[in-house]
Amino acid sequence: MITVLAAGPQTTVQDVRGRPGRADLGVGVSGAADRRALALANRLVGNDASAAGLEITLGGFAAAFPTERSSTPIGGVVALTGAPAPLTIGGRAADPYRPVAVPAGAELRLGTPPTGLRSYLAVRGGIAVEPVLGSRATDVVAGLGPAVVTEGDELPVGPAPARPVPAVDLAPPPRADGTLRVVLGPRADWFAGPGLLLHRPWTVTDDLNRVGFRLDGPELARAEGFAGVELPSEGVIRGSVQVPPSGRPTVFLADHPVTGGYPVIAVVLDADTDAAGQLRPGEQVRFRL
Amino acid sequence: MHTRPCGDTGLLVELDSLDDVLALHADLAADPPSGTVDLVPAARTVLVRVRAATDLAAVAADVLARTPEPASTRGGDTVEIAVTYDGEDLDEVARHTGLAPEEVVEAHTGQTWTVAFAGFTPGFGYLVGADDRLHVPRRESSRTRVPAGAVGLAGEFSGVYPRESPGGWQLIGRTDHVLWDLDRDPPAVLRPGTRVRFSRA
Repeated sequence: MITVLAAGPQTTVQDVRGRPGRADLGVGVSGAADRRALALANRLVGNDASAAGLEITLGGFAAAFPTERSSTPIGGVVALTGAPAPLTIGGRAADPYRPVAVPAGAELRLGTPPTGLRSYLAVRGGIAVEPVLGSRATDVVAGLGPAVVTEGDELPVGPAPARPVPAVDLAPPPRADGTLRVVLGPRADWFAGPGLLLHRPWTVTDDLNRVGFRLDGPELARAEGFAGVELPSEGVIRGSVQVPPSGRPTVFLADHPVTGGYPVIAVVLDADTDAAGQLRPGEQVRFRL
Repeated sequence: MHTRPCGDTGLLVELDSLDDVLALHADLAADPPSGTVDLVPAARTVLVRVRAATDLAAVAADVLARTPEPASTRGGDTVEIAVTYDGEDLDEVARHTGLAPEEVVEAHTGQTWTVAFAGFTPGFGYLVGADDRLHVPRRESSRTRVPAGAVGLAGEFSGVYPRESPGGWQLIGRTDHVLWDLDRDPPAVLRPGTRVRFSRA
């Protein structure tokens, strides 16, 4: 068990895979907003790829590791990836993007990351909350999985995996250049100039959560014949760029609804949705084919 | 039937009617195209979500080559849901449809409904009926709190709220039937193709 001393703006338990294959029950995929970062954190501490970790939004997280570790003999190995929040363990600075030993009883604290939005903390053994429909991910919209992490929570840590902590002890953070690759459609033909999406930079607004984020920029007007037309709800995926009547697009992230009622002008390539999960309010983003 | 692009891990199949959606979804669910991760049926579309690096042209060719049998000839579970018809919008629905409130209840209990697709929240099934007498618009303003078990109408659909949530459907009644229970497998009672008969509680 680790004891949460502070949860920051939002901390949730997430895994990489989420709950695919249940859309016919109205259940979305969920899982880490930046799957690549959590996968790396798990690898750095020798966890199975399915292990759950913590997704920490804009830092501010703190936790105490147990002094008695009878149930988890080597429990205290962690790795921090994603947004590089300043990390201290027992009051001493520690590096992100590498495995770090946590002594018994030590406190781990995260400051605010200078770049990026979501940090991922993997603990060797994984956060061992009870899975729901095959996943430990918190879907904040559907209300599935463990509750959002709050101060005072005791988070169970699973037994250490058979695999040792890998010898690779440093993995560089991926480079982000503020560009997301897209495929136009499925409803690009509903818009007067879908190229407008590609030719101008967009600003990420503070209307942002695990469902997605809204962008500010030129209005994406409907094409002739589609003005005011209502779209029957249809399936959407992570990375879908949906345009409501305001003409200002929303990019869907991990906890997006299974179906959406506004046309999707373009969809971000699956591999680039991880970088999309690190954009913070005020940042500029461009789309390209 | 034709397809629209949906990123590098999806294909949106557009169909002419809800019946065609039900038929194609059942066909795809029985024998999914190679690489399929999720099928998302909706009002006029089926979204096929696939693993990264799947050949989407091959998925499209597979889907377009299919000639699914009509959904009406397929079997399917039938669920009976007992409803207390005292919803706050029953009179409003009567006004919209030109029926008396009692006739609204008779129309709701007098037809077999079929779950077309799920969405909005886990366990929420969009039910389509056999006739169009109960087609009504959504409420002009949605409620911030609709209780679990509320039975509503909107557009061509009827539905039951599986848990308390905001909602804009016209409410005609309520049920004690538990539609979403994580201790059951599957947890949802209403899945695409399930038939529903409503009765008076």
